Amino acid sequence: MVTESKSVLVVGEIAEGKLAPVVAECLAAARNISAVSKEEVIAVLLGADLDAFPQELVAAGADKVFLVENALLENYQTDLYISALQQVCQQVKPDVLLMGQTVQARDLLPRLAFRLGAGLAMDCLELSVDASTGVLKETRPIYGGIAMATFTCPSARPQMASIRPKAVSPMPPDPSRKGEIISLEVNLDPSIAKVQVIETIKQQAEGKRLEDADVVISGGRGLGGPENFKYIEELATALKGVVGASRAVCDLGWIDPGHQVGLTGKVVTPSLYIAVGISGASQHMAGCSGAKVIVAINKDPDAHIFKEAQYGIVGDWKQVLPSFTEMCKELIGS
Amino acid sequence: MAINTIVCVKQVPDSEAPASAFRIDEKRMRLVTAQGIPPIINMFDEQAVEAALRIKDAQGGKITVISMGNNLVMDVVKKPLSMGSDELVLIQDPDLEESDSFVTAQVLAAAIRKVGTFDLVLCGRQASDWDNAQVASGIAEILGIPCVTIAKAVEVSGGKVVVDRVLPDGVERVEAPLPCVVTVSNELGEPRYPTLRGIMAAGRKQPVVWKAADLNLDPGMLTPRVRIERVFIPVKESHCEFIQGETPADAGRKLALKLREGKIL
Repeated sequence: MVTESKSVLVVGEIAEGKLAPVVAECLAAARNISAVSKEEVIAVLLGADLDAFPQELVAAGADKVFLVENALLENYQTDLYISALQQVCQQVKPDVLLMGQTVQARDLLPRLAFRLGAGLAMDCLELSVDASTGVLKETRPIYGGIAMATFTCPSARPQMASIRPKAVSPMPPDPSRKGEIISLEVNLDPSIAKVQVIETIKQQAEGKRLEDADVVISGGRGLGGPENFKYIEELATALKGVVGASRAVCDLGWIDPGHQVGLTGKVVTPSLYIAVGISGASQHMAGCSGAKVIVAINKDPDAHIFKEAQYGIVGDWKQVLPSFTEMCKELIGS
Repeated sequence: MAINTIVCVKQVPDSEAPASAFRIDEKRMRLVTAQGIPPIINMFDEQAVEAALRIKDAQGGKITVISMGNNLVMDVVKKPLSMGSDELVLIQDPDLEESDSFVTAQVLAAAIRKVGTFDLVLCGRQASDWDNAQVASGIAEILGIPCVTIAKAVEVSGGKVVVDRVLPDGVERVEAPLPCVVTVSNELGEPRYPTLRGIMAAGRKQPVVWKAADLNLDPGMLTPRVRIERVFIPVKESHCEFIQGETPADAGRKLALKLREGKIL
């Protein structure tokens, strides 16, 4: 049986057979909270065969690791995962529950919050503890990224938050850290699993993922039509970058939505972000404002993107881009 | 098989308005748009209406739109009717002004129960003002039905909903039994424009209007769980170096050289 003590619970996630990178980031955030609140940092992992992971979780900052191994948890299924986490929380009674803002988190955390009677803030960029009240302060973007808001849950427990990937740096792994590894049993009724996956169609991911790219070239409505993405692709190839797009052109069907950069698309953190024919709406900027250098080409001098970019050309991309691309090729080739 | 769909929509400030058009209302802890910029239906909710209309086109049935809010603008909240929805239910109550996701979900779930039988509830994946993305899952939990999130396609067949969900690297096709909640994402595509006929029919329709008291909710259901401590606009130091040239092509060349100079290329 698990003894109740004040804790920060980090819900881990396995992606492609490995711990998702955001898990170590959440553990770092948990340690920052624990430094003030003096609470134990606990990691929980759900799955079928979890032997490979506990040490990595301890090295990343967990004081304790709960492994919930059950054949029914082998692959993510909304209702079973929520039931399992509900039972974990009933046993552990955490003060704070953290998870990375992933597809899984978006799907399970809101419903879990309602199930537990908890309050939730998702896509947080910053978490801190109010030293006087001990309450967690959760800061996240609102209005598509135009503004930020800080939230608290004065009484509902646990205080739940998801953290945007790359918002918090992970600590360097410390293999000398010691932690308790505990198997937790949950009761799962397979008939509660209402949402069933029929088929997964993975896109042919050519080369780097947008989220990992060091150079991103994005096209927007200013391109004028889908056929003009070939200019974006040419530049991306020349700079060894990845093609991105605004939400507007994805909605119009000019390019596959997998290229969408934005608050509800991909959040990118490249060294160089080139925006062509993109006005710079806040929900788009929320996806690319983490770039080191933003370059904008737009024929509208008042386009918002110029308030966010470090370099800009006001002009017709059709006349600007080809010579820009040529010169880039020359400079890189030399 | 005719499908009864409920779509929850929210009136929000225009998300396409430039950032400069917004300012913070410190007292009410929210953002307000400059005068003269009318509100809109949350774009994801419009896409949810579109998803409902596609199902109605294919199989017939009825679409009831529910919207909770204050200072609702008739032209705005009637847009789903103009697009082809059948009924509109509004929940307007000053007591609900400070609702968080928990209270909003309680109110909408109670309204859905009051509307009566339904097969499917469609919502936008998040509202573009607070971007919380919780209400739809909350409605599902309160009503005790499944929820499928982030749909780019929604179809109904044989008592089940079949949804194509957006994944970062592809698509996942799932099914769930009806009744069910589905949240819709922009990958569904552009919503249809209202037709003249639709606008005229909507003009003639009177929405049903309820207050919180009409929904028989316990006070506990109307107590927010999350509190807003602070709303702020981060100060951004913007300095854009504009590259000019004799011609646009010349500017393009100069830009490349500039980036090379700065060791960015």
